[in-house]
Amino acid sequence: MEPIIETKQLCHAYGVGTPFERHALQSVDFYANPGEFIGLIGHTGSGKSTFIQHLDGLLRPSSGQVLFRGEDIWKDKQFTHQIRFKVGLVFQYPEYQLFEETVFADIAFGPKNMGLDEEEVRRRVLRAAGFVGLEESDLDRSPFDLSGGQKRRVAIAGVIAMEPDVLILDEPTAGLDPNAREIVLQNIRDYQRAQNATILMVSHSMEEVAANVDRLYVMNHGTVAMTGTPREIFAHAQELTEMGLDVPVVTTIFHRLQELGFDVDPSVYTVEQAVAALEALRGGA
Amino acid sequence: MLKDITLGQYFPGSTVVHRLDPRTKLLMVILFIVALFTAEGPIAYLTVFLFLGVAVGLSRIPPRTILKGLKPLVVIICLTGLLNLFYTPGTPVVKFWVLTITQEGIFSALFMIWRILMLITGTFMLTYTTSPIALTDGLELLLNPLKRIKVPVHELAMMMSIALRFIPTLIEETDKIMSAQKARGADFETGSILQRAKALIPILVPLFVSALRRADELAVAMECRCYQGGKGRTRMKRLRFAGRDYITLVLGVLLVAAMIVLRVVGI
Repeated sequence: MEPIIETKQLCHAYGVGTPFERHALQSVDFYANPGEFIGLIGHTGSGKSTFIQHLDGLLRPSSGQVLFRGEDIWKDKQFTHQIRFKVGLVFQYPEYQLFEETVFADIAFGPKNMGLDEEEVRRRVLRAAGFVGLEESDLDRSPFDLSGGQKRRVAIAGVIAMEPDVLILDEPTAGLDPNAREIVLQNIRDYQRAQNATILMVSHSMEEVAANVDRLYVMNHGTVAMTGTPREIFAHAQELTEMGLDVPVVTTIFHRLQELGFDVDPSVYTVEQAVAALEALRGGA
Repeated sequence: MLKDITLGQYFPGSTVVHRLDPRTKLLMVILFIVALFTAEGPIAYLTVFLFLGVAVGLSRIPPRTILKGLKPLVVIICLTGLLNLFYTPGTPVVKFWVLTITQEGIFSALFMIWRILMLITGTFMLTYTTSPIALTDGLELLLNPLKRIKVPVHELAMMMSIALRFIPTLIEETDKIMSAQKARGADFETGSILQRAKALIPILVPLFVSALRRADELAVAMECRCYQGGKGRTRMKRLRFAGRDYITLVLGVLLVAAMIVLRVVGI
């Protein structure tokens, strides 16, 4: 299968030619297949945000390539502009970008920039609002009157309404309460299924990553330190800790159980798996 | 990018010039400007030039940095020079078409350019060697006597510090909002002037909203710490005049005196 988006030897340096030159990314190789749910983890300053802005064509690589369906996104200006609609990027705290008078108008901003006709814009806005669970009556309200969680969902709908093939989210659940977090994650999964979209989610919550993603990239000092399935990644608990990251709490518990002499598989990373493993242990004993 | 804009061009260091009291430096700038505008005749010009040269040397600010700072003003400097060159009446030297260059014109153009360069470099010495916070502190103390006539000096200085503090934050925020709207297909670079002005709305609205939110949060945080304005407030770091401050100020006064004498004597 051809990857929908990939990067080859992607490098990015800030402040080239000044004493403050800093290499934010160094030879990053990355790919994502259609329909995949990918997680991106790394401590603050590891280059995650710089990296995702390259996928959307917001930052231009110092060297290396970003390919969308095998074509360099910088091959011409028009194509780069089109990429912004094919690859949707939801920034951290996206509610701070709301500006329109009504929720409807704000969600319609992206589709309108695509040059779609009014009928199609309306269809997309309603569909996007549906994905994030907004009521029709909410659409006429001012986005500034909504609660924090609702604002976040409006902002995500604003990107979803462009119906991108790849949806990138930078910590979409940061600062939300557990209930709102679960709703946002469910909205993202719904969109992925309905559209067979590729999702790339940056997160600091290992539990969230463990429960949702098919594959993981771990970034450290501007490079890809590890990549693989959650099971493969979380088996390297020690290395992750050294990078200032964590493993899910259940994984830590199972590592500890193993040290205590219980016959358990320490690569468990969700609560469901943990329950199953413990049941098996009880049944076997 | 927006981030590359430097405001308050403080150039950290620990030289004598850096360690001078900000009040001294503020007063010195005033004295220097007075001297600059009283100066007349080659000896006076040279004295002011040397005075500034010594200050620049002591501050260890690379001359290249100062030249870079002068760059944006090249147009104004050239224009002033040209106007003086062509519009000063006197003995003609060169004549072509309707333009006449006079001997006096050449002198006056050179003098004006020299004066502008000295003026800008002199104020640079203040902003390059004094952090914005020290500057507002100095300003507050210098303006203190105005409190007698009910000028809210402390409040003004506090507003200035807060404004300075938030400039980088707001620039960063603008950058972020611009990227976010670009990701939604906003176009800031093409179209007519009207279209481009309209394209700014998606940036300005969120920027104002967030600036107001920040201001509100800051006000609450300050009130939580019982901030009540300048009354009865003491400082952690108190500014004190040291020997070097007195010496500098005496030198400044002497410079002005010398300029007046030279002007009166007329060398």
